[in-house]
Amino acid sequence: MSVDGDPPLIQARGLTKRFGGFVAVDGIDFDVHRGEAFGFLGPNGAGKTSTMRMIACMSPVSAGTLRVMGLDPATAGPRIRARLGLVPQDDTLDLELTVRDNLLVYGRYFDLPRKLIRQRTDQLLEFAQLTERANDKVDPLSGGLRRRLTIARSLISEPDLLLLDEPTTGLDPQARHLVWERLYRLKQQGVTLVLTTHYMDEAEQLCDRLVIMDKGRIAAEGSPRQLIDHHCTREVLELRFGPDDDHSALADKLDGVGSRVEVLPDRLLLYTANADAALAEATTRGLSPESWLVRRGTLEDVFLRLTGRSLAD
Amino acid sequence: MSTRPAIRSLAYWTYQYRRTWRATLASGFLMPVLYLTAMGLGLGSLVNRHAAPTRLGGVSYLVFLAPGLMAAAAMQSATMESTWPVMGGIKWTKTYHAMLATPLRVSDVLYGHVCWMALKVSLVSTIFLGVMAAFGAPRSPEVVLAVPVAVLTGLAYATPFAGFVATRQSDQPIIAIYRFLIIPMFLFSGTFFPVSQLPAAIRPLAYVTPLWHGVSLCRALSLGDATPAAALGHVAYLVALTVIGLAIARRTFASRLAA
Ligand SMILES: Nc1ncnc2c1ncn2[C@@H]1O[C@H](COP(=O)(O)OP(=O)(O)OP(=O)(O)O)[C@@H](O)[C@H]1O
Ligand SMILES: [Mg+2]
Repeated sequence: MSVDGDPPLIQARGLTKRFGGFVAVDGIDFDVHRGEAFGFLGPNGAGKTSTMRMIACMSPVSAGTLRVMGLDPATAGPRIRARLGLVPQDDTLDLELTVRDNLLVYGRYFDLPRKLIRQRTDQLLEFAQLTERANDKVDPLSGGLRRRLTIARSLISEPDLLLLDEPTTGLDPQARHLVWERLYRLKQQGVTLVLTTHYMDEAEQLCDRLVIMDKGRIAAEGSPRQLIDHHCTREVLELRFGPDDDHSALADKLDGVGSRVEVLPDRLLLYTANADAALAEATTRGLSPESWLVRRGTLEDVFLRLTGRSLAD
Repeated sequence: MSTRPAIRSLAYWTYQYRRTWRATLASGFLMPVLYLTAMGLGLGSLVNRHAAPTRLGGVSYLVFLAPGLMAAAAMQSATMESTWPVMGGIKWTKTYHAMLATPLRVSDVLYGHVCWMALKVSLVSTIFLGVMAAFGAPRSPEVVLAVPVAVLTGLAYATPFAGFVATRQSDQPIIAIYRFLIIPMFLFSGTFFPVSQLPAAIRPLAYVTPLWHGVSLCRALSLGDATPAAALGHVAYLVALTVIGLAIARRTFASRLAA
């Protein structure tokens, strides 16, 4: 992924963000290498947006060090942002302007020549499949179209680094798949992607490496595969019983079967390398579930294990 | 050649103005025409008949009123541009945030917007001057200098208001600005009658308003009796308020936008 000696594109050490007395990002360390797709996963309020805003040099670092493209955001903000594209969590499009004018105006902020902006605008509208809507106002556009426009807009300066804060939240499956495909294309062109998401499938699809954040800290780091291998089992057996069955008692009976049993209000989850064998053993021990499901361990299992099942806020 | 960052953020405001320029130009003409007709000519015919001529400096009410209204219109236009659009840039359209994701800095965003406010007030004031001239109100060619004075009057309001709005969460305080600051100042800062007509106890209140300084200087320029010392005093006061407002806005914008 990274050539030895190639400095990371983003390097954070003890990176901290405080709002008054509240610690939103609590001393995190990470490196993002040139050309990779790096993800921040975490429940609401984990500190993902706060981290992204610091990387985008839009929010000052409270403590620790941060280097983006080898530069210090505190002193080189405009230079860093000139080479960086941002897709913010909340759209900041001008609803009264047309799709095309949104791109033109944004390109001017980067001091790009008008002719070049017009050229890139045509390409980007094509890229985001917005050509037909080019002269429509943004106001009546659906959330999915707006999101695609925001992504197109972030590319007007042909950035080396693209920051995407929940790029597909609120989009329908078709729109999400289109966005994924376009982001994958950018990655192939050598653009470094840093994204936050609540979607495990998005993280698995797009991210070479990711960190799981919880309450301002990094709970785990690795590739999706590594995280599953480390924090979960190959397979998961889900057992459902009747409403009157005592789940905890049933879980006790499964002691030793698989590596871990999790008791949920509506079912038992048995983490194991071999779910079929575990099911046979459960039956041998006298358990008779109403229904069961054998599935692979997923990133979602890792996420829930590390960040807990209770709501964040 | 690179374009200065603040000019790039100004470009946004001029660009979006292309959407609304017809409506605002039309009202820019209509308002002075209506006011000068109703108050300058209509009400003025009564005033001219009944007031002792020395009370208005020996000129007709229209001649007295027009330059004062020009300063007041500048105040209103500047207030309009420095309140809702600032809240919008922060909270509604989030234009400021869009700009700040690019090489522009908070100060560029602020200066660009303040430049736009100045441009908009110049436009309104220039139109006002034209209407005023059509009514035959100016008594001296120095009246053209009333346009920059009106712009400065506007900025003395715009910069502190922008700085204040950046600290607020809703537009309720903006409504309060209009109710408790703009309307009283519009009525009592010498636009419609000389401040000397106010009870002595509250006169000093009128003297501290930026509008009184703007009205006084615009009127003196229009009548052709401006003295350098008085002009300098008014300008210095308005510049001071503008600069203080800008310093405040720099801080409040930074703490709101780069948190
Ligand atoms: N400007 C601010 N002032 C005060 N607190 C803030 C500010 N911005 C964020 N926070 C707090 O910091 C914490 C982290 O917020 P952040 O937006 O970084 O979380 P997130 O991981 O992006 O969450 P989500 O998934 O909901 O977008 C939250 O508790 C939030 O309330
Ligand atoms: Mg967020």
